[in-house]
Amino acid sequence: MFLINCPYCGERDQSEFVSGGEAHIARPKQPTELNDDQWAEYLFMRKNIKGIQFERWNHAHGCRKWFNVARDTSNDKIEKIYKMGEQPPKL
Amino acid sequence: MKNKYSIFSLIKNAFSNHENWQRAWRDPEPKKEYDAVIVGGGGHGLATAYYLAKKHNLTNIAVVEKGWIGGGNTGRNTTIIRSNYLWDASAGLYDHALKIWEGLSQELNYNVMFSQRGVMNLAHNLQDVRDLKRRTHANRLNGIDAVWLETDEVKKFCPIINTSQDIRYPVLGGTLQKRAGTARHDAVAWGYARGADEMGVDIIQNCEVKGIKRNGDSVEGLETTKGFIKTKKIGVVAAGHSSVIANMAGLKLPLESKPLQALVSEPVKPIIDTVVMSNAVHAYVSQSDKGELVIGAGTDSYVSYTQKGSFNIVEETLKAILELYPIFSRMKMLRQWGGIVDICPDASPIISKTSIKGLYFNCGWGTGGFKATPGSGDLFAHTIANDEPHKLNAAFNINRFVSGDLVDEHGAAAVAH
Repeated sequence: MFLINCPYCGERDQSEFVSGGEAHIARPKQPTELNDDQWAEYLFMRKNIKGIQFERWNHAHGCRKWFNVARDTSNDKIEKIYKMGEQPPKL
Repeated sequence: MKNKYSIFSLIKNAFSNHENWQRAWRDPEPKKEYDAVIVGGGGHGLATAYYLAKKHNLTNIAVVEKGWIGGGNTGRNTTIIRSNYLWDASAGLYDHALKIWEGLSQELNYNVMFSQRGVMNLAHNLQDVRDLKRRTHANRLNGIDAVWLETDEVKKFCPIINTSQDIRYPVLGGTLQKRAGTARHDAVAWGYARGADEMGVDIIQNCEVKGIKRNGDSVEGLETTKGFIKTKKIGVVAAGHSSVIANMAGLKLPLESKPLQALVSEPVKPIIDTVVMSNAVHAYVSQSDKGELVIGAGTDSYVSYTQKGSFNIVEETLKAILELYPIFSRMKMLRQWGGIVDICPDASPIISKTSIKGLYFNCGWGTGGFKATPGSGDLFAHTIANDEPHKLNAAFNINRFVSGDLVDEHGAAAVAH
């Protein structure tokens, strides 16, 4: 239970948002070239970090926009919020 | 040799004010080397060690636990046991466990308070009705007891349910597995620990794994807070922290760890003598032998290792509980807690070898691992001892995420995940 500072709407309760999971997993540019191992890696394998994780969030019950969050999963503390398309911050 | 627990030992110890009970398990320091080490002293890990010693004669083994045994999800779940899963592979796995549960107290000489009070799953819309009827048929084809109940039969089986058709999610029927029920979760960990200890297994508490030493493609040992332990076989049963251990070995798993909450009420007289689960409104409730209502809530949508969830999740569950059971409206909730569950994309577990020789994983049980404890331990022990899966856990290999041969129990398993 925590607050998220939506870059478009400001600080709101986490229950207004939906987690989109790990960020920066790029969609394969040439899907037909991928072998089964690469597909498994893209579709299923996750870092699931205990510590600072980069993830996507959507303000589902607000502006419905996506953005990125750097959050410490061991204490739910948000370190940084940055927009889609931006590079992950160095923390 | 452990003294046998019985009515006579209870009477005998009563005369000495219960101060002279024999220690249930030792508290050893780790040896330099073991034939196998199990990481994680929860129910699944202790059961694995127990069956490795009992069925595969591997007694020079250890269980390492970073906290105390049974202090993780084993002591945090809502103790529901059932095997009414849709797919053949799951039915085989969970019913294997249920069959062991039926004789477990006798086998361990430890009362795990297994109570076959039945588990009822409710349907609230037409699709629920179709899905649950289909699952009932699938269960029966797999030899698992399951019956479909119409609304009036649901009311008869559990009279306190509000079966009015005017509520937001009316009860349109339900399924019942009579062999299903509950057990005392702590006793399961303690019983397996005592049994494993008797056969020579070292149970090492307060011993956190800090690293896995590899030699090329095989394991050499574990770095722990109590020093280096040499071993050729490591079985990881670390639930929510499975990915953390996997990262130490340079592996990635298809898991996400999320908080799952539960809560209990103040104790009251017996009012509900079964377990009732509802997928659509996500509420499940049973009553403990102490009289507390045991209520399970849902998972949060985000990854977290904090062992606490969001308040809105509990609120949603209690809303659903109150609509289904108006009689509980003045109950006070006593305690609320969270556990970290490791969820696979297909909501089925992984009991498997890995690409690293000697490293085995038993994880991904998600929101429903307790029910499988004995079966999981038995099959994981088989997998470690033979370096090959048993036919009952062959489908639950880690390679299914590459081959695409998933065991998709999301929703199909009668509860929401």
